[in-house]
Amino acid sequence: MRILVIAEQENGSLVETSLNAINAAQKLAASHGSAAIDVLAAGHNTDALAAECAAVAGVDEVIQVDAPQYAASLAENITTLVVELVRTRDYQAVICASTSVGKNISPRIAALLDVAQVSDVTEIIGVGTYIRPIYAGNIMLTCESAEPVQVLTVRPTAFDKADLGGSATVTRLDAGEDAGLSSLLGRELSKSDRPVLSSAPIVVSGGRGMGSGDNYQRLLEPLADKLGAALGASRAAVDAGFVPNDYQVGQTGKIVAPELYLAVGISGAIQHLAGMSDAKVIVAINKDPDAPIFQVADYGLEGDLNELVPELTECLA
Amino acid sequence: MKILVPVKRVVDHNVKVRVKSDGSGVDLDNVKMSINPFDEIAVEEAVRLKEAGSASEVVVVSLGGKGCQETLRTALAVGADRAIHIDAEDGVEPLAVSKCLKQVVSREDPELVIMGKQAIDDDCNQTGQMLSALLGWSQGTFASELKLNGDKATVTREIDGGLETLELAMPAVITCDLRLNEPRYASLPNIMKAKRKPMEQIPVSELGVDITPRIQPVKFAAPAPRSGGMKVADVAELVEKLRSEARVL
Ligand SMILES: Cc1cc2nc3c(=O)[nH]c(=O)nc-3n(C[C@H](O)[C@H](O)[C@H](O)COP(=O)(O)OP(=O)(O)OC[C@H]3O[C@@H](n4cnc5c(N)ncnc54)[C@H](O)[C@@H]3O)c2cc1C
Repeated sequence: MRILVIAEQENGSLVETSLNAINAAQKLAASHGSAAIDVLAAGHNTDALAAECAAVAGVDEVIQVDAPQYAASLAENITTLVVELVRTRDYQAVICASTSVGKNISPRIAALLDVAQVSDVTEIIGVGTYIRPIYAGNIMLTCESAEPVQVLTVRPTAFDKADLGGSATVTRLDAGEDAGLSSLLGRELSKSDRPVLSSAPIVVSGGRGMGSGDNYQRLLEPLADKLGAALGASRAAVDAGFVPNDYQVGQTGKIVAPELYLAVGISGAIQHLAGMSDAKVIVAINKDPDAPIFQVADYGLEGDLNELVPELTECLA
Repeated sequence: MKILVPVKRVVDHNVKVRVKSDGSGVDLDNVKMSINPFDEIAVEEAVRLKEAGSASEVVVVSLGGKGCQETLRTALAVGADRAIHIDAEDGVEPLAVSKCLKQVVSREDPELVIMGKQAIDDDCNQTGQMLSALLGWSQGTFASELKLNGDKATVTREIDGGLETLELAMPAVITCDLRLNEPRYASLPNIMKAKRKPMEQIPVSELGVDITPRIQPVKFAAPAPRSGGMKVADVAELVEKLRSEARVL
């Protein structure tokens, strides 16, 4: 069996969640007895990216494809390249992390190969047998796929990061054509010195209860500073404009599974729980004793966040 | 310009679904069904484009059992012009749905397909990308802003790091994120009017698409329960517990 993992890059460096995808590939390979794992490093000026991929333990071969049309990870261009690789190199599985890039390109690959995709896999039982959440994580579905090419997106928080210390061969292949269907006009990326939300060990999230963007900043940033935490939010807080969209945790936002998740002024709607209920420890601060978040919180603190959050920050000094 | 909007009938987002006691499926008896929230946003976007003069007709299409007609009426009530019901069993997989939609596209010849980015029942997030692939069109997924200018569409997308803006050649498939717009409520007169709007019915067999499932569900289970529910009296107790009991600080 041969497995292709699609590495994700940002400005030429490997995105961490690709290591989780490689780990998932290793699990799939192990369940099969053994398998070759190749990693596709597509982009523009990809020498550093290819070297990073080659340094991951357990990778057999890095396929480096370098051309301007792959710089922005545009779905139309990456997918035709992957489909060509599957045909010429006979892959039986194509895996990427279920990030915004993975979710964008993977179903397109599956459709062009005429196979069904299994989305957001959280457990690999064997080749073709997977567990994945449905209904916002209220149900875990075990499913079987007999497709000749297993196209999977895997939930990064459900898999460890693959170790470093490998020395795979790097094979440079020719680029495909630029489909010319889409082009990147620009990106507005949130800049932050904090840990990455989806992999941070501690996450502090604020909801509608924060009241305003100013209040969110004034109360939660010092707390996050003290804890070395990433900042997150509920959809209501994003919709109200307190914080940018990439802060959203939940069914349709980011999935996080930190050691510690602090939910401040968040009621605990199922769509929010879908994104954080795998946290090891959940703390909720809420003034409503009946807020559903308290049912999943390991430690609930009832009261006004405007008083409790500064007190907590102070206490951590 | 014609816009096609595929919509799915799903369990309402406020319902907390349960597994059937024998683990064979999801208990959908007497559960409230609604239009998939992302599809509602797609319909709204298409109707706004029509109201702004950028589109001439909005056609909504849904694939599944008879209940879909109710979902289609909801879309007609907020301003879609006509509906197509592809009569099939419920639960057809995304790949097969996208193949059926491709057939509808070839009949209807729209220049734009706008749809939800994922259905909140199976949470697959696949159909739009698959349809775009099968058509060989451009795709703009997870859109939070859409502008049309001649033969190009400009789409702002919600991505993990923030936002990105793409220019797409038309025709295109757009999938909506939550912040693309806020859908309106249908007024009573418009709900009445929607009853008289045309609804075509097509048996799925007529589309010549093999919809045999490729993925077999084996087991449905509730996620491992959390042992939450404990309250602390004050901040000092919280910090103490986090340090000595949970050991996360
Ligand atoms: C299709 C769909 C997808 C969705 N996806 C997501 C998603 O990915 N992520 C997500 O988060 N939501 C999502 N939602 C929205 C979700 O259903 C809820 O509406 C949302 O999570 C509510 O956010 P909230 O808890 O901040 O706001 P609210 O529910 O309004 O809760 C605010 C809480 O703050 C508390 N509070 C207020 N003031 C104070 C104070 N001074 N001190 C202490 N506590 C206070 C209140 O008691 C309340 O519990 C989705 C919804 C739909 C329909």
